[in-house]
Amino acid sequence: MISVKRVVLDVLKPHHPNALEFSQTIAEVGPDYRVHLTVIEVDENTETVRVVVEGNAIDFEAIQTAISKLGGSLHSIDEVEVQGGPDNI
Amino acid sequence: MDLLKQASYLLRITRTHGIARRYFVVNGFDGALTMLGLNLGFLVSTPTELSVIISVCLGAAIALGMSGLSSAYVSESAERRRALTKLEAAMVTNLQESSHGEAARWVPMLIALVNGSAPLTISLIILTPLWLSNAGFRLPLSPLYAAIIIALMLIFLLGAYLGRISGVSWLRSGIQTLSVALVTAALIYFFAGA
Repeated sequence: MISVKRVVLDVLKPHHPNALEFSQTIAEVGPDYRVHLTVIEVDENTETVRVVVEGNAIDFEAIQTAISKLGGSLHSIDEVEVQGGPDNI
Repeated sequence: MDLLKQASYLLRITRTHGIARRYFVVNGFDGALTMLGLNLGFLVSTPTELSVIISVCLGAAIALGMSGLSSAYVSESAERRRALTKLEAAMVTNLQESSHGEAARWVPMLIALVNGSAPLTISLIILTPLWLSNAGFRLPLSPLYAAIIIALMLIFLLGAYLGRISGVSWLRSGIQTLSVALVTAALIYFFAGA
């Protein structure tokens, strides 16, 4: 079983919801998700953020849906960490 | 509770908490002042049956409520659509399915509800002594005087609330709005009572 342990995403988001609410909503997607968000650039209506999500088995589709629901737009996946093996569910 | 949380979230992401609060105070003030004016008008004119006074006041309260509901919905819908279009242009994406799209559909309804219910509710509270008296309850003073006193109290409370949220003295703010009501009362006595 292959599981995603860590993803680093480049996301464009509106100012609201703010970084805290944005991270909290993503963290709520999985039971053990740890989210680290860094604001890279701020424009008049939007901000570019770097979102690092760590977890035992990250559901990428669900994260993408959560980002879209929050009004964000996923620009790129900058880093991934994937682990294979029978015990990693 | 979830519904309230969701409503609060939508108001927060569109930064319309302040607008809803402002509408509540402005239209609540409208409702209270209108009821004050009507009751004072009836007080200084030839004695009228209580049921007639209630019907007139209720008609005005419903009209104020509907006016608040429809005007806020129309204006806020346009505002929210404009804000969403601007955000979509900045994001270069369609946001109809996002919380922002949801907010553009729901926030005008929420604000319209606040704007419509504020004058209606406040008017109904002011009319309580008239209803009680009409239903046979004995009040310590004339129902019209009681309604006027309640209207003045609510106007003071709206001012005090404004003072509290703006961080200035609630007493001073309450007295300010009460002064407006007293000037209105004086004008009504001067013009209608003459």
